[in-house]
Amino acid sequence: MPRQATPERVNDFTLKLANVNGTGSASANGLLMKSFFRMGIPVAGKNYFPSNIQGLPTWYEIRVSREGHRARSGRIDLMVAMNAQTYSQDLLELAPGGYLLYDSTWPRPHVLSRDDITVLGVPFAQMCNEHFEGARTRILMKNMVYVGSLAALLDIDMAVIERLAQDNFGKRPGLVEANMKAIRMGWDYAKENFQCPLPLRVSPMQATEGMIMIDGNTAAGLGCVYAGATVGAWYPITPSTSLMDAYRSFCARFRADPESRERRYCVIQAEDEMAAIGMVLGASWAGARAFTPTSGPGISLMSEFIGYGYFTEIPAVIFDVQRVGPSTGLPTRTQQGDITLAAYASHGDTRHPVLFPSDPTECFDMAVQAFDLAERLQTPVFVLSDLDIGMNDWMCRAPRWDDAYTPDRGKVLSAVELERIEKFRRYADDDGDGIPWRSLPGTHPKGAYFTRGSGHNEAAGYTEDAGEYERLMQRLARKFATAASLVPAAVMHQAGRKTRLGLISIGSCDDAVSEARGRLSAEGIHSNYMRIRAFPFGPEVQAFLDNHEQLFVIEQNRDGQLRTLLINECDIDGRRLESIRHFDGLPMAAAPLVSAIRERLRKGAAA
Amino acid sequence: MTYIAKPRVDHPGLTRNALGMTRRDYEGALSTLCAGCGHDSVTAAIVRACWEMALPPHRVVKLSGIGCSSKTPAYFLSQSHGINTVHGRMPSVATGAAAANRQLTFMGISGDGDSLSIGLGQFCHAMRRNVRMLYIIENNGVYGLTKGQFSASADIGSKAKKGEINMQPPIDPVLTALTAGATFVARSFSGDKEQLVPLIKAGLSHDGFALIDVLSPCVTFNDHEDSTKSYAFSRQFYHPAVHTDFVAPAEEIRARYDEGASMELELHDGSHLALRKVEPEYDPTDRDGAFVKIHERIQAGEWLTGLLYVETGREEMHGLNNTVHDPLATLPFSALCPGAETLDRTLARYR
Ligand SMILES: Cc1ncc(C[n+]2csc(CCOP(=O)(O)OP(=O)(O)O)c2C)c(N)n1
Ligand code: SF4
Ligand SMILES: [Mg+2]
Repeated sequence: MPRQATPERVNDFTLKLANVNGTGSASANGLLMKSFFRMGIPVAGKNYFPSNIQGLPTWYEIRVSREGHRARSGRIDLMVAMNAQTYSQDLLELAPGGYLLYDSTWPRPHVLSRDDITVLGVPFAQMCNEHFEGARTRILMKNMVYVGSLAALLDIDMAVIERLAQDNFGKRPGLVEANMKAIRMGWDYAKENFQCPLPLRVSPMQATEGMIMIDGNTAAGLGCVYAGATVGAWYPITPSTSLMDAYRSFCARFRADPESRERRYCVIQAEDEMAAIGMVLGASWAGARAFTPTSGPGISLMSEFIGYGYFTEIPAVIFDVQRVGPSTGLPTRTQQGDITLAAYASHGDTRHPVLFPSDPTECFDMAVQAFDLAERLQTPVFVLSDLDIGMNDWMCRAPRWDDAYTPDRGKVLSAVELERIEKFRRYADDDGDGIPWRSLPGTHPKGAYFTRGSGHNEAAGYTEDAGEYERLMQRLARKFATAASLVPAAVMHQAGRKTRLGLISIGSCDDAVSEARGRLSAEGIHSNYMRIRAFPFGPEVQAFLDNHEQLFVIEQNRDGQLRTLLINECDIDGRRLESIRHFDGLPMAAAPLVSAIRERLRKGAAA
Repeated sequence: MTYIAKPRVDHPGLTRNALGMTRRDYEGALSTLCAGCGHDSVTAAIVRACWEMALPPHRVVKLSGIGCSSKTPAYFLSQSHGINTVHGRMPSVATGAAAANRQLTFMGISGDGDSLSIGLGQFCHAMRRNVRMLYIIENNGVYGLTKGQFSASADIGSKAKKGEINMQPPIDPVLTALTAGATFVARSFSGDKEQLVPLIKAGLSHDGFALIDVLSPCVTFNDHEDSTKSYAFSRQFYHPAVHTDFVAPAEEIRARYDEGASMELELHDGSHLALRKVEPEYDPTDRDGAFVKIHERIQAGEWLTGLLYVETGREEMHGLNNTVHDPLATLPFSALCPGAETLDRTLARYR
């Protein structure tokens, strides 16, 4: 059969595993990815799973990249086709010259319908039936057998795999043995029947020093623990659920008295998102650091309360782990569709600080920053993550902690201070930064005031006076201006030479944009790049707009929401902001970005 | 209406409580409700109860939703923190505040619209969680603030001021509370301070969720003939089932009660409730029995009132969570942050 000779590709390929959900493939795929990581090779994993518990197709993509790229590569070099339902689709997706590994217990002659790939058959099911007892065990072990075969084909270090199996299943010794037996079976079969390793293979590196593999929700949950958050309220929704799961399990470890098991935290599963945000506002109003994780539909429900928090000046931290909307949309796919929603949530004139993490490390850091900002500014603050960051394991720098950190609890009057002042004026701008002083219930009778969502004067009294209302709204606008000086500044990447081209992006687009920039500059297209990390925008954002003739805004939604926000908030003619949008629910890849930019530049030059 | 400061003239003759405070110290801003509104009587009862109990005002938190009833926290306890939340969502704010500081006393005021329509879910879930708070519904059968539409507590056959007749069955807060697992359920009438004041004291001392549904007529939109929530109707069809005497922790029980017709309950803070049964076979500790009796009497067009159900043994929200005794809001940061070394050790598992 005519086959292209595949060139050697060491530490630079993507493999995709097609599975059926509910069959235990997740732990096998995780182990596989971790084995590359432990060999010191940069790696990125993306899980594409259905909104379903058992029986539907699910895919896991692992990119091995010696250059350290974490975005999707956009091409598949090796497909592990374990799901008969998606077989033909998976076959089509494979790049020319690629490899297809499948379960040859049931031979599939039509496999040979593509002659530009190499098909490798291993009788996984048959081997498991022969060597393992029980239907469930056989299904689970099949995954480990393909791990073994891949280890032989890709030249993965078996010692690394064995250690990982120890780490994963070590608490139940029988399990380690069974899993290792399955892995060795797969290994042996591949060694005996194929030329191992393939030209597609790995080789140890030392490029993962100081890195960990973690998902953004776990990092954010840990960040909430470190920030000193004590009250968490939530209503379950994918993809935010694992954030509260993480917070709760870290708290159980670090915040429960070893003897009495008394908890220094309180997690409340609310009846809906309106209640969840109400609880957060109540707890923050009473002086605790409180937060709620949710996703788009939850933000819609919370909107009345978010405006209330803005107007009454109560801190709150809201994690929006974005998924594809509108409505239930594609609940297990990723998008950046809530940018304008978060920035302006609620009725009336409202606006809110929003932080945009680009990876799990930033989820940790920004979780801590969000509490400081919320209490400093006395207002709801959003952390806008997404499903890709929140639920996928990312190779990233391990978050660091400075023991000298003290939380910024903002302007809170103590009992002693309240005793001293003549009259407490809750909503007076004593310092000229738009931020008033607050008091907490239970502190001192002189601190008493009435919080209300209706018109209020500086002393927190009820008013419908036109002038007083206007002054209050103007002060809130001043406070928002103060916010612009406190939120994290945009990250700037310079081309290192003069260029008129500027790229602007946000959040989880970062890796695809960085990779695309590298490729474009190899073609002679040089660009500066600004990654926006927060709303309101600091002065550096306007400067970047002013300093570039050609500007591209790259984001993951249909309507160009970041672009809308820039036009709305900055001094810029919208015609100067070209929009590149990706919104199919899959994480962004570099290749389409490269061609889109190249194409637009060419057209622009021709016009 | 604009905010009018109330002239504060303390008469030397005004009696002082154990904290040396007069009743005036427990009052608030001047009410802006209609003259004769039942809600103002509830406010007065709250002032008296808190003063008599000598509660330090700054240790009390007042909460409410939206409505005429929900405005009233501005009219009492001016030295307490208060929060007027959004419509129907006070229970969640109370739950969060109670989570943050379990040492304070929480008092929520709501209306029948606020609690039984838009806020029915939150009302039920706060009871289910047994959040430690007193929750008063000032029940007038209408939405007062939006000018007299029927609320979910309007009875079948009740006639609106403009002539419309309600044909939908009411949601009764007391029956709802019994179903949702509330541990203190009472009904009273704004016109009966002698009954209401001890109930408020008992509710404030209860270690869990305490509901008092107070029939509180709306003189402007629901006090006419053919209304079942008018003063006249309430007075006529109002039947105390259980009288409650509240005895503060340090006091001794002085009154003598007839054996069989009375029972005594100790609350977690050491105070006592002496319950005198007007209806001999009514048992306020039997949830199912109470439900049946109350329901029967509603069918007959009568309101059984008093402390209708009480359960003292059940854990409140923090007991269920096993939260530390000190308020979460004031725990030192060192008790919350595990520190750099632990972070490195924790993250090592992700290598
Ligand atoms: C979200 C929302 N919807 C509607 C309203 C309008 N509204 C204000 S008070 C009220 C009804 C209040 O009725 P109730 O709780 O019985 O109080 P009352 O005035 O009778 O004491 C309504 C519908 C609102 N404030 N917010
Ligand atoms: S409208 Fe009714 S409920 Fe509102 S203040 Fe007037 S009498 Fe009271
Ligand atoms: Mg009402």
